[in-house]
Amino acid sequence: MPVEIYLNVAASGLLTGLVYGLMALGLSVIFGVVRVVNFAHGEMMTLAMYLTLVLFGALKLDPLVLLVPIAAALFVFGYLLQIGLINPFINRPEHSQFMLLVAVALILVNVQLIVFGPDAQGIRTTYSFDSYQLGPLIVDASKVYAAGAALVVAAALFAFFRFTLLGKAIRACADNYHGALVVGLNVKRLYALTFGIGAACVGAAGAMLMAVTDVTPTIGPAYTLLAFVIVITGGLGSMPGALLGGLLIGLTEALGGVLFTPSAKSMFAFGLLVLVLLFRPQGILGRKAA
Amino acid sequence: MSLLEGVPRRGLALLAALLVLLLVFPMFASGYLLAVGFLILYFAYVGQAWNVMMGFAGQLSLGHSLYVGLGAYAAAALYVHFGLSPWIGLGAAIALCALAGAAIGFLAFRFGVAGVYFAILTIAFAEFARIGFDHFAWVRGSSGLFLPVANYTENDLWNLRGSPTMFYYLMLAMTAGAFVLCHALLRSRMGYYWQAIRESPEAAEALGVNVFRCKMVAVVISAAMTSLAGVVFAFYYNNLFPEQIFHVSRSIELILGPIIGGIGTLFGPIVGAFLLTGLAEGLRELMLQLGIDVPGVKQVFYGLCLLLVVVFLPDGVWPPIARRLGLRRGP
Amino acid sequence: MLEVERLSKSFRGLHAVQEASFAVAEGSIVGLIGPNGAGKTTIFNMVAGVFPPDSGSVVFQGKPIHGFRPDQVCAAGIGRTFQMVKPFAGLTVLDNVVVGALLREKNVSAAKSYAAGILGRLGLGAKRDLLASSLTLPDRKRLEVARALATRPRLLLLDEVMAGLRPTECDQIVAVFRELNRDEGLAILLIEHVMRAVMALAQGIVVLHHGEVIARGAPEAVVRDPAVLESYLGEDVAL
Repeated sequence: MPVEIYLNVAASGLLTGLVYGLMALGLSVIFGVVRVVNFAHGEMMTLAMYLTLVLFGALKLDPLVLLVPIAAALFVFGYLLQIGLINPFINRPEHSQFMLLVAVALILVNVQLIVFGPDAQGIRTTYSFDSYQLGPLIVDASKVYAAGAALVVAAALFAFFRFTLLGKAIRACADNYHGALVVGLNVKRLYALTFGIGAACVGAAGAMLMAVTDVTPTIGPAYTLLAFVIVITGGLGSMPGALLGGLLIGLTEALGGVLFTPSAKSMFAFGLLVLVLLFRPQGILGRKAA
Repeated sequence: MSLLEGVPRRGLALLAALLVLLLVFPMFASGYLLAVGFLILYFAYVGQAWNVMMGFAGQLSLGHSLYVGLGAYAAAALYVHFGLSPWIGLGAAIALCALAGAAIGFLAFRFGVAGVYFAILTIAFAEFARIGFDHFAWVRGSSGLFLPVANYTENDLWNLRGSPTMFYYLMLAMTAGAFVLCHALLRSRMGYYWQAIRESPEAAEALGVNVFRCKMVAVVISAAMTSLAGVVFAFYYNNLFPEQIFHVSRSIELILGPIIGGIGTLFGPIVGAFLLTGLAEGLRELMLQLGIDVPGVKQVFYGLCLLLVVVFLPDGVWPPIARRLGLRRGP
Repeated sequence: MLEVERLSKSFRGLHAVQEASFAVAEGSIVGLIGPNGAGKTTIFNMVAGVFPPDSGSVVFQGKPIHGFRPDQVCAAGIGRTFQMVKPFAGLTVLDNVVVGALLREKNVSAAKSYAAGILGRLGLGAKRDLLASSLTLPDRKRLEVARALATRPRLLLLDEVMAGLRPTECDQIVAVFRELNRDEGLAILLIEHVMRAVMALAQGIVVLHHGEVIARGAPEAVVRDPAVLESYLGEDVAL
C-alpha cells in the first residue's frame, strides 16, 4: 500500500487518540488523587455521548459548543457519585470500591440500553463530511476540531492544577492525605471536586467523540478498558502521560487496523497493556510507587 | 481426618434437606422452571470455582469467561470435528485451561502484578481470546460453532445429548462435587496457606509458605474447575460465539453470585446464585405479566443488587444468615 | 551458628548498613541495639530474606543463606516476628499457629495438636478459638511469637517485641524466652529499645550506629562503652 495511506491512517489515529487521551486524563486525575479505580469511566463517556445526542436533536447546537454544558452535567454527576457512594466507604478494601463502580457501570450501561436501544446512533454536523488537505495528508475536519478542542481542555486542566489555589490543594491531597487533613483541607470535598473534574473531562471527550463517531450502549465497557490501557501505558497519575498514552493507543489501533484486520485492532492495545504491566508497570511517564 | 469433622449437626441436616429438595425438583417443575434451575446450579458451580481463586487465595479475576470459553470450545470442537465424546473432550478442556491459568498466574506473580492491576490483566486476556477466536477458522470464528442437534429418544450421557432433566442432574452433581471439593481444600494444608496469604502474604512467607507456588495452585484449580462449566455450557446450548462467551459481561455475571453470597465462604456462592438468578427470573416473570419486555432490566437489577450488597453487607448475604441459623461464630 | 560477615545495603544512595559483622553462637541470646535509623531492621530483613544484601554474607549453621527467599530462610530454621505485628486477622488464634506448624508437621491434625501445645506455653490456650482480630496488643505479640515458634526454628529473630508492653507483660514474655532458651537451646537475636528486656535476656550485645557496628560484647561492658553512650546521648555527656 502506498505510504500516503499509512500516513493518513496514522494522522487520523493520532487525532482520535487526543480525544481518547482527554478521556484517559479524567481517569488519571481520579485515580491519581482519589485513588479510586473508576470502572464506570467508559459508561460515563457513553452517558455524555447520549446526552450530546439528545441535546443536539433538541437544540441543534454543534457538539463542540455542547461540550460545555455536557461537561458541567457530568461534573455534577461525578461530584454526587463521589459524595454519595465513594467517600463514605473510603476505608474499605480496594476490591470493595472497585465492585461498587462495577455495579454503577452495570446499571449505567443497561439503563442506556433500556432508554436508547441497542442500535448505533450518530449525529450529522455541517462539517461531517468536510476534510482538510495538508500536503499528502487528508484528514477529517471533525477529527481536527475534536482534537483541537481536546488540546484546549487539557491545557485548561494543566493550568488549573498548576496555577490555581484549588488545583494546588487537590494536588496536596494526592501527595499526602493525612498531611492535607492536618493543614485543614476539607479532603472529602476536594475528592468530590476532583471526581467531578475527572467526570467533566469525560463529558467533554464524549461530546467531541459524538462529532466523530456513533454511539451504542455496548461501547461503554470497551472505552473503560481503553481508558485503563491508556492510563497504565502512559503512567498512572501523570497527566502528560495520559495524553501520550492516548496518542500511542490511537496510533497503534489505527495502524493495527490497517496492517491486519480492523476487527482485531484492539488486540494491539491489549498486547501493549500486557507488556507494560509486566515490564514497566509505572507506565512510560509515571513515577515508580515508593 | 474425617471430612465431616467440625461441621455443625444443624448444618448437615440443612444441607441434606436442600439436597433432597433439589433432587426431586425436576419431578414437579415445568420446562421453564427446569431451565431456571439449571441456570441457578450453573452459576452456583462456576461461582464456587471462581471463589477458590478470590475467596480462598485473594486474587481478583475479572476474566474468568476465558476459562469458560476455552473449555467450551475445546470440547465442542473435538466433538464437531472428530466425534469425540465430551468426557474425553473435558480432558483437553482441563489441560488447556490449566495451562492458560498457569500462564496468567506465572506472568502476574513473577512480575508482581497484583490487586486491581491483576484484575485488569485478566480482563485483557479474556478480551484477547474474544477477538482471537473471532478469527479462528477451525472453530468457525465469529459465525459461531454449532453442535449437531438430532432428535433423541433417550438420554445419551456419553455424548451429552439429552433432555434438560439430564443436564439438570449433571449440573447438580457438579455443584455438589464442587462443594465437597472446596470443603476439603479449605481444610487442607493448601487451604490454610491460601487463607494465610489472603490475610498477610509477608507473614505467610515468614512462616515458610511458598506464596508463588500456592497462588499458582489456586489459579490452576480455579481455571480447571471453570473449564468443566464451559464444557457443559457448550453441550447444553449447542452454539458458541466468541463475542458472547468470552465477553467481559460474562465474567462479571459469574462473580455476582459469590460476591453477593459471600466471598471466601463455602456456601456463599451457592446462596448468591439462588438469590440472584431466582429473583431475576421472578422479576422477569413479573414484568411479562405486566406486559413489559425490555432487555437490560435484568442487568440493572443485578447492578442494584451488587451495589446494595457492597454498601450494606460487604461480607455477603450468607454470613449474617449463617450466624442467625447458629452455624457460625464470630463478628 | 549465625555468622554475618561485612553485610552492606544501600537504598538509593543512603548507606543503611555498612560492613556489619557479628555472630550469634549456638543456643545464645544476642541483643541488637542502637538509636533509631541505625539499620537494625534492615539487617534483620537481610537475614530473613526480605531483600538481598548488596554485599557481604549471611551463613547459618555452616550454609550461606543470603539471597534466600523468606520462606526458604524459615525452612532453614530461622523464625521471625515483625515490628508491626501481622496476625492473620480473619483466622482463629489456633489456626494462626497451625499455619506455622504446617511447615514441619505431616498433616493438619498433627499441626493442630502441636499448635495447641505452643499456645499453652505462651499462655494463649484459653483464647484458641477467638478470632485473631479480637486480641489485645500484648496477646497479638504473643501470637506472633507462637506462630514463629511453631515452625520449630533453631534461631528466632525478634523485632521490638516489647514495644507497647507494660513492664509486667514485658517480664512475662522475657520469662518465656528464657525458658525456651534454657530448655530447648533456642538461639535468639533480638532488636530492642526496652533496655530492661535486653539486660535481662541478652548474653551478648551488638551496637549499631549509622549502619556500622560500633561495639560488641557482654552487656555490662557495652553499656559503659563511651562510643555507645555517645551514639545514644550525644557528645557532651559527663561520665
